[in-house]
Amino acid sequence: MEPVRLSYPVEGGDFIQAGEASSKMKMTLKKLGLPADVIRKAAICMYEGEINMVIHANGGRADVEITMDQITLRMVDQGPGIPDVARAMEEGYSTAGPEVRSLGFGAGMGLPNMKRYSDELHIDTELGKGTTVIMKIKIG
Amino acid sequence: MKHAVVLDGTRCRGCTTCIKNCPTEAIRVRQGKAAILSDRCIDCGRCIQVCPHRAIRSVSDSLDRLKDFRYCVAVPEPALYGQFRHLEQVDQVLNGLLHIGFHKIFEAAKAAEILAEYVARRIEGSPAKFPLISPQCPAILRLIRIRFPRLIPHLDPLVMPMELAATLARKEACAETGLPPEEIGVFAIVPCPAKVTAAHSPEGLSQPVLDGALSIRDVYLRLLRPMEGQNNLLPLSASGATGVGVAMSGGASHARQAKRYVAVDGIENCIQMLEEIEDGRQPDVDFIELAACTQGCVGGCLTVENPYAAKMRLRRLMDEMSPTSSWPAEPEELDQEIITFSRTPQYSPAFRLDPDRAEAMAKHLRIQALEASLPGLHCGSCGAPNCRAFAEDVVLGRASADDCIFKVRERMRDVAGPESDAYLPPPFRQKKPREGSE
Ligand SMILES: Nc1ncnc2c1ncn2[C@@H]1O[C@H](COP(=O)(O)OP(=O)(O)OP(=O)(O)O)[C@@H](O)[C@H]1O
Ligand code: SF4
Ligand SMILES: [Mg+2]
Repeated sequence: MEPVRLSYPVEGGDFIQAGEASSKMKMTLKKLGLPADVIRKAAICMYEGEINMVIHANGGRADVEITMDQITLRMVDQGPGIPDVARAMEEGYSTAGPEVRSLGFGAGMGLPNMKRYSDELHIDTELGKGTTVIMKIKIG
Repeated sequence: MKHAVVLDGTRCRGCTTCIKNCPTEAIRVRQGKAAILSDRCIDCGRCIQVCPHRAIRSVSDSLDRLKDFRYCVAVPEPALYGQFRHLEQVDQVLNGLLHIGFHKIFEAAKAAEILAEYVARRIEGSPAKFPLISPQCPAILRLIRIRFPRLIPHLDPLVMPMELAATLARKEACAETGLPPEEIGVFAIVPCPAKVTAAHSPEGLSQPVLDGALSIRDVYLRLLRPMEGQNNLLPLSASGATGVGVAMSGGASHARQAKRYVAVDGIENCIQMLEEIEDGRQPDVDFIELAACTQGCVGGCLTVENPYAAKMRLRRLMDEMSPTSSWPAEPEELDQEIITFSRTPQYSPAFRLDPDRAEAMAKHLRIQALEASLPGLHCGSCGAPNCRAFAEDVVLGRASADDCIFKVRERMRDVAGPESDAYLPPPFRQKKPREGSE
C-alpha cells in the first residue's frame, strides 16, 4: 500500500513559527487515526528536529512518510553540520548562544529526546554541507 | 447531541465569514446557506460573534419554561453581575430574579467556592494526570474530546459550578417545600451556548442536573425594570469575591489557590496551549485554566457588555465583598458523587477520516491528490473554509468536485475552448501566460 507523504518547509531563525510543522503533522496523524502514544512520540521528535533546524542550521525541510507500521521523519538541512555527533547526543550539550537560551531553548535535550522517543535515529552530517536526521517510530 | 448554536436560514446569505472563523472547521455553506457539522461543533459561539447578518443564534430556554414547574430555582453565573451599570451589590440582581418568576436563588459563584474548598481539602489530590486541566469551560471540554484525546486524563474530574449548584439547590428546595424533585425547575443563567448545551447534555455527568439554561442577555433585559427603585433587599447573596471571580480568566486558579498555574483565554490561544501540553512542552505549572472566550466567561457571546467593561465592574463589586463565604457543611462530607464526574468523557474522533487506518490512509492520498489540483486560494466559494477542507469534503462524500469554481472553469474550457475565459469574472480568469515563457 502506498505510504502517505507529508513535507514541510522550516524557516531559519523563525522561533514564532517553529512548531508549526509538528502541529500540522499531528493533525494529519489524528485524521489517519494513529494511536495517541505514537502521535505523541512523532510530534516530540518532529518538534525537536524542527527547532534544531531553526536554531542551528538556518532552516531546512521536514519530510514525513507514514506506512501501516511506521512513521519515518526525515529532517534535511544545508546548515553547518555537526562536528562531533557523539558529543551532540549527550544530554546537556549545546552550542546555543545566549539569545537562544533566553528564549528557553539550548538545554541540550533535543537530540537526546529524539533518541528517546524514536525507535531508530540516524544522523548523517557533513561539515559545511548540512545534516540529515532520520527518525523512525514504530506503530504498535 | 443537540447543539445550542443554530443557523437562521432566513437571515443567512451564505457568505464565508463563519466558515473561515470556526476554530474546528465545523461550518460549510450548502445551497447558499451555512450548515453546521454537528460532530465538530464545540458550541464556542465564535460564529455567533462574527456573523455580519446575525444569522447564527444560540437557542436557550425561555423564561416561559418556568411555568412548567411549581417551584423554580435560578442558578445565576457570576458573569451576569458584570452586565449592569451602577450595580452596588449582587443582592440587587438576586432580588430582581425573585421578581421575574424564580422562588429561590443558588449562585454558581457559591458552588465555585464549595468546589474550591473541596479541592483544597482533597487529601489524595486529584486523580487526574499533571498538569491538571480545568474542567470548567464546556467548549474546551468538547474540544479536548474531539481533538486532544490524550489530554482527557488531565481533566480534573469536577463538575461545573452551575451543576453542583443545581444539585444542591434541588435538594434544598425539596426539603424546604416538600415537593418532589421533578416539580422543581432549576435553571442556570449562562453566558454562552456551550453552557446551554452542557445544561442539557453534560460532558461529565451521566444525567443532566439542570432543567434548562437561560441566556444572560434575555434575563438582563427582563431584570432592568424590577431592578429599578428596589428597596428592602433580601440578603440573598451567599458567595464571596472568590466565587464571583471565576467569571474572569484566572478566577478558577485563584479560587483553588493554585500556586503554579497558567490561565489562558480565547479559543485560538487555548488550542495552542493544548498542542503544547500534548507534546509535553507546556509552561512549568501544575494547573492550566482554559476559557474559550476572551477574558473568560465575561466574554461569553450571550452576555451584553464588552468583556473588559464587565470585568472592571466585577472587580468593583468584588472589592466590596468578603473574600469567601463560609460553608456550613464540611466539604468532605459532600457526596463525592455530586461533586465529581459521574462519567468519563470519551474521545469522539470528529476529524478521523475513517475508523479503519488503511482506509483512512487511502482517503488521505486521494485528498492530497485533489488538493494539489486546487488553486490554493482558499476563496470559500465552494462552501469550505479552505482548499484542503474542500478536498476532504469531496473525498468524504460531503461535496462534489464541481463545487469548486476553478474545476468548473477547467471543464468550461474543455467544452467551449479558451474563449470561454472572457465570460468569467476577472478573478477567475486564467492568467495570461507571459510571452516568451513555455
Ligand atoms: N541540524 C543541526 N545542524 C547543526 N548543528 C546541530 C543540529 N542539530 C543539533 N546540532 C548541534 O547539536 C547540539 C545539541 O543539540 P540538541 O538539540 O540536543 O540541543 P540544543 O538544540 O542545543 O538545545 P535544546 O534542544 O535542548 O533546545 C546543538 O547545540 C548543536 O550544536
Ligand atoms: S469561557 Fe465561559 S462563557 Fe466562554 S464558552 Fe467557556 S464557559 Fe462559556
Ligand atoms: Mg535542540
